[in-house]
Amino acid sequence: MGIFIDKNTKVIVQGITGKQALFHTKNMLNYGTNIVAGVTPGKGGQTVEGVPVFNTVEEAKAKTNANASVIFVPAKFAADSILEAVNSELDVVVCITEHIPVQDMVKVRHYLKGKKTRVIGPNCPGLMTTDECNIGIIPGTIHKKGHIGIISRSGTLTYEAMYQMSNAGIGQSSIIGIGGDPIKGTDFLDVLEAFNADDETKAVLMIGEIGGNAEEDAAAWIKANMKKPVAAFISGRQAPPGKRMGHAGAIISGGKGSAADKIKALNAAGIEVADTVAHMGETMIDTLKRAGIYDECHNG
Amino acid sequence: MNIHEYQGKEIFRSYGVNVPEGKPVFSPEEAVKAAKDLAQDVIVVKAQIHAGGRGKAGGVKIAKSVDEVEIYAKELLGKVLVTKQTGPAGKKVNRLLIESGCNIDKELYLSLTVDRATAQIVMIGSEAGGMEIEEVAESAPEKIIKEYIDPFIGLTAFQARRMAFKLNMEAGLINKAAALMMNLYKVFVEKDCSLVEINPLVITKDKDVMALDAKLNFDDSALYRHADITALRDETEEDPKEREAALLGLNYVNLGGNVACMVNGAGLAMATVDIIKHYGGEPANFLDVGGQGSAEDDAKAFKIMTADGQAKGIFVNIFGGINKCDIIAEGIVEANKMLGLKIPIVVRLDGTNFKEGREILQKANIPNLIMVESMTEGAKKVVELVKNA
Repeated sequence: MGIFIDKNTKVIVQGITGKQALFHTKNMLNYGTNIVAGVTPGKGGQTVEGVPVFNTVEEAKAKTNANASVIFVPAKFAADSILEAVNSELDVVVCITEHIPVQDMVKVRHYLKGKKTRVIGPNCPGLMTTDECNIGIIPGTIHKKGHIGIISRSGTLTYEAMYQMSNAGIGQSSIIGIGGDPIKGTDFLDVLEAFNADDETKAVLMIGEIGGNAEEDAAAWIKANMKKPVAAFISGRQAPPGKRMGHAGAIISGGKGSAADKIKALNAAGIEVADTVAHMGETMIDTLKRAGIYDECHNG
Repeated sequence: MNIHEYQGKEIFRSYGVNVPEGKPVFSPEEAVKAAKDLAQDVIVVKAQIHAGGRGKAGGVKIAKSVDEVEIYAKELLGKVLVTKQTGPAGKKVNRLLIESGCNIDKELYLSLTVDRATAQIVMIGSEAGGMEIEEVAESAPEKIIKEYIDPFIGLTAFQARRMAFKLNMEAGLINKAAALMMNLYKVFVEKDCSLVEINPLVITKDKDVMALDAKLNFDDSALYRHADITALRDETEEDPKEREAALLGLNYVNLGGNVACMVNGAGLAMATVDIIKHYGGEPANFLDVGGQGSAEDDAKAFKIMTADGQAKGIFVNIFGGINKCDIIAEGIVEANKMLGLKIPIVVRLDGTNFKEGREILQKANIPNLIMVESMTEGAKKVVELVKNA
């Protein structure tokens, strides 16, 4: 179980012959991810890491029955790679690439309307359904199978959260990095909805940051619809307005998107927000205890 | 990336967006010459810095003669302007825009930006021109008019007309204003802007529509396809440390305090700044060194953080994911040796191979290098050491 991907997911790696892609393909294969094909235009017919390479996503899908892809293509070409994967009607497309022009993503989002494909990212670490499938660059060594769903705008904070929880005996169901860009394929709401419907997931940790108001929207949605307890963390309390803090989307602009506003909205929805990054695990545990489900979420 | 108002107006002009006649100058002599060339009764002298709020800070002067232009040019050039957006340190004025004055009948607001929630470009207009649009949105949201734009079709003529009508323009001006909006949208898309803002957009007494200001921000990720825009960069407007770090490929933001932080990953770097402050320290910077952790990269980062003596201690906060802690630890030890740093460096290493990493740090036995077992301990330790320094 878990969300979006599982042990039956068959994955294409777009841009598989690149250095980063090869490195992460090896890691994903080691994890047990079912990578069935790679795509690099002009390199069809080759085999890398035992994976057959095709010229187009269409061909890769036709030959292997793949239903997901992960994109490691340079930023100049990555938006086109997303379009290609969506055009081939894959179920899930994960874009790791950072620095895709924002207006390219505006077009991608428009193209996505009415299509079946779920796009995750760009500028994200990918997603994992524990002990079943790992798509992207999330380290395969720090999770523990269990019942907490994690959603995050930051890769490293995702890993921190997994690690803190695993060390405290709190396992995870699915882990999703939705990415640090302002315009992305999947936002908090989509993931919360999926976790709400997933039997394996009993509670959710949501990791947000400055910029935009997706966290505020999520808080309102949680208050109205979420059947499971949620804990949160927001980074960027000390970020000065108008400065981009690494991620393209992490910027307070026009007086909007500050950490204080987000924390206020989350608290108003009854969600406990960790004081510091080091307290994400503890805050989750606290939330589980208050909901009376700590014991069923704690597995050694 | 930001550019100056005069540069923005040059782009506007080339796209047929109406702007007053004017010229950038770098000295009082040039200002006098530009004013004479304009030969107008009223000349506006505008300080060119990358920050809004210039008018209220005294950075915009109305001159009634060439002599007055000279006086204002001498006053403004070299002056440090402190506006709402510059921070207390202010910004030094190195250039002026010398521009024809115009008879304003009405001031409006017009902008284009990318709306995150709908993933569309949105055109925003308001009759409350000249005011801060955030304040208008707060106090009188009904005065904000929006048109969401289909990226495949672009801004349509009817949308532009509808905006002009909603801004209560008179019938004779509708087509002029709509044409300006269409051209502005073209600028936004063709130059990969993240913001184009005209505040105020004015209607003149002789029935013209004109951009009296021009604020343009560009998407850094798209600069690779706009060499013309990249060439407009004014490095004197950027923080020297941030500029140097950018040249080295480091993601660095100067925060002014004395506890430096070096972190792998943008999210964790932001959260590390927060945790330093949480335990009573003053963060010096945001720094994401990325995931590789080679000794060379670490040395570069240490150098940037310590170059001006502002930092009294460094917190290295590393979570080893795919990149293993032992490799990262070797990099830190090596970099510290290379630079011979004396200020305390508190290192938190966790994640993949953390035991091996910590062992390497311990064995290196460097007096100023303090290893901690957790992030909380590290943050507290570095704050304490800096306070006692």
